[in-house]
Amino acid sequence: MLNVEGIHSYYGKAHILNGLSFEVRRGEVVALLGRNGAGKSTTMKSVMQLVRPRTGRVMFQDDDLVGQPAYRVAKSGIGYVPEDRRIFTDLTVMENLEVGRQPKRKDAPDWTIEQLFEIFPNLAERRGNRGKQMSGGEQQMLTIARTLMGNPALLLLDEPSEGIAPVIVEQMAETILKLKAEGLTVMISEQNLHFARSVADRAIIIEGGEKKFDGSFAELEAHPEIRDAYLSV
Amino acid sequence: MAFLFAQFLTGLANASSLFLVASGLSLIFGVTRIVNFAHGSFYMLGAFIGVTLMEILPGHFGFWGSILLTGLAVGVIGAFVEIVVLRPIYRAPELFQLVATFGVILVIQDLALMIWGAEDRLGPRAPGLRGVWRIFGEPVPKYDIVLIAITPFILFALWYLITKTRVGVLVRAATQDREMVGALGVNQAWLFTGVFALGSALAGWGGALQLPKGGADLLMDFNIIGAVFVVVVIGGMGSLPGAFIAAVLISVLNVLGVTYIPQSTLVLMFVVMAIVLIIRPYGLLGREEVAGEHGQVGAPETPIRPYGPTGQAVIAALLLVLAALPLVVDQFVLILMIDMVVFALFAASLHFILGTGGLVSFGHAAFFGGGAYAAALLVFHTGTPMELAFLFAPLAAGLLALGIGWFCIRLTGVYFAMLTLAFSQLVWSLAYQWRAVTRGDDGLVNIWPSDWLSETIPYYYFTLILGIGGILFLRHVIHAPFGYALRAGRDSPRQAEAMGINVKRVQYAAFALAGVMAGLAGGIFVFSKGSVFPTELEIAASFDALIVVFLGGVKTLAGGVVGAGFMTMVEDWLTRLEYWRLLLGLVIIAVVIIAPEGIVGSIRTAWNKYRGTEEEIAK
Repeated sequence: MLNVEGIHSYYGKAHILNGLSFEVRRGEVVALLGRNGAGKSTTMKSVMQLVRPRTGRVMFQDDDLVGQPAYRVAKSGIGYVPEDRRIFTDLTVMENLEVGRQPKRKDAPDWTIEQLFEIFPNLAERRGNRGKQMSGGEQQMLTIARTLMGNPALLLLDEPSEGIAPVIVEQMAETILKLKAEGLTVMISEQNLHFARSVADRAIIIEGGEKKFDGSFAELEAHPEIRDAYLSV
Repeated sequence: MAFLFAQFLTGLANASSLFLVASGLSLIFGVTRIVNFAHGSFYMLGAFIGVTLMEILPGHFGFWGSILLTGLAVGVIGAFVEIVVLRPIYRAPELFQLVATFGVILVIQDLALMIWGAEDRLGPRAPGLRGVWRIFGEPVPKYDIVLIAITPFILFALWYLITKTRVGVLVRAATQDREMVGALGVNQAWLFTGVFALGSALAGWGGALQLPKGGADLLMDFNIIGAVFVVVVIGGMGSLPGAFIAAVLISVLNVLGVTYIPQSTLVLMFVVMAIVLIIRPYGLLGREEVAGEHGQVGAPETPIRPYGPTGQAVIAALLLVLAALPLVVDQFVLILMIDMVVFALFAASLHFILGTGGLVSFGHAAFFGGGAYAAALLVFHTGTPMELAFLFAPLAAGLLALGIGWFCIRLTGVYFAMLTLAFSQLVWSLAYQWRAVTRGDDGLVNIWPSDWLSETIPYYYFTLILGIGGILFLRHVIHAPFGYALRAGRDSPRQAEAMGINVKRVQYAAFALAGVMAGLAGGIFVFSKGSVFPTELEIAASFDALIVVFLGGVKTLAGGVVGAGFMTMVEDWLTRLEYWRLLLGLVIIAVVIIAPEGIVGSIRTAWNKYRGTEEEIAK
């Protein structure tokens, strides 16, 4: 579904992604693992074209995304949930969802506000509240719901467990599995290995903008030296 | 009492077109972050297009139809400007776009002159609304009452659009984080164009609606922009109800001012603004601007370094050439060189506060003109010798900067810019209206230097020593610890504070120093010309300096000086042509689009690219 082929991405002069390649197949949940600064967020942004890879290709359903504006990437079926959430703090919950609304797509689940409120009951209670009046966990739910309003086929979740209470992290894991059951393909970036294992089918580990491991969690457990080298602090 | 009430109604009526123009400016700024200086030009276009249409279309339907069509036409023009001029440069450094909008002002000025001629047009009366109605015995024009009745509907329509429709939700979301709106699948380019078109249309409607009360002339663009900025700042950037309240406040005060204190009409609104901002720094209904909240942090600044041996040699050689110039060229060239050095010092002082300090001042002419006026007033009224009066120019400008800075420094970003603009208008209106002291637009004349400087060549050296000396001093300050602190405050105010730098105090001192240097330039200027007029304090004078700094390159130290040289020469050449504004505007727009890093910045990038490819080949 998504084929990233040898991308190099930069912030100014800093070389962040160094010829990174990987694949995400339809229907799976993939976890992108790595330490702080390994390039996880930049990978997500490079797929979204919020950071333009200088070389390489980002193939999504036989279409090269590199160089396209972000709104086209979103319209082609990729939903992006940024790490810092970036909800519209002056807008109400309902208005935030409205910004994300896009027409439905053949190859992706179709979401209504009512369905989203079933998955995220807290949002239903706070539908009239402004974004800035919500807790971190609620904001995280809102940003996922907002992205789902675009009916994406592939969901990019950048560090969904970061900065929220452990109880909510468990809910988040359940939610991701629910989304998978609905037929959504998901890629999450994580530092929390435990959380990643509980939701993902496969792990990709990056370090210094290069891929170091790609395989199942069983394989990863069989090679503790990989975990020690690239994940433990 | 009845008279007061009638006055109040007149004020309300005047507020309607001011509100329309201001709401358009506020809307455009909110979404695109562009401070659209050309907004006054759209207002002027609205007036001219409206007059033309009303002459063609007769009767009730013709009058109101003309107004409606005018807004649509100006909206289309606005969309055209956005697509052709602004769209290519959204990725350029923030606030660079405003230089492009200044180019647009010049182009529209000359186009209007070509199409409609230099003569003022009187607006036609609204059919069926020619007379007055008596309210408590006082006559109030019927058209005023109609305007008062219409305005709430316009406010309501705008409010509905912004709060209740999908477009409005997208606009508000984009105001906060436009990149995220794009990542959610919304094509921002068309959102921007749409908002720009709507904002322009509002300005056009404002221009057309005021026709029966006024008319159309070529000075309308600059005449309204000061008031519009004041309204937007008082109301709070981006707040429509705020703009409405402020428009009413300013218009009513203006009417009362004309009746009771006619000499102070221009000053009044700025005084009101200053009072409002002391109590509420972000306007009546505005909210605090937080830097970096819009998700558009640009590439980090390349650190500025002092010139190496090669650079110093080039500067020294250049200075030698300048010093030897009187041996080879005639008087005319020397006078042009004096203008150039004066302008370069003025631009360098703005560059100091803008590029190094990160404080975009829209009113720097207040210090240039203020210095010039301070010296001229002393000479004119007390016959003070030139040497003493000259010293007074930087001194007075520095004091003025301390005064204005006290209000402005506490604000940041566009509020700072707007407030400096408003204060410079305040200084201008003093020079323009306080005729007893400043002789108004007759200016102060016969301000000549002492005998030993009265010839061109001595004055040229005098200019060279003080002007170049001032520029070198500013460069020295930038590379001194004070300059480091200033740059730290620009790049990361919080970290700078954490390191023990009192950012606001450093900025305050830098603002004052920039004022002193601008005043020095003003002092050299006034004695080289022998006169000073309020035009030196106009918005246009501040904009000239801004253009020069941006054209030269904000992020390069030589930017201001190179830009000033370029501008003085281009202007000297272009002003010989009839439609020079049009050409100058096009030149400015072209430079902005082709060389968004400015002249110096673009040359440097090209040079680095050239060297960079060499290095890669060497590998």
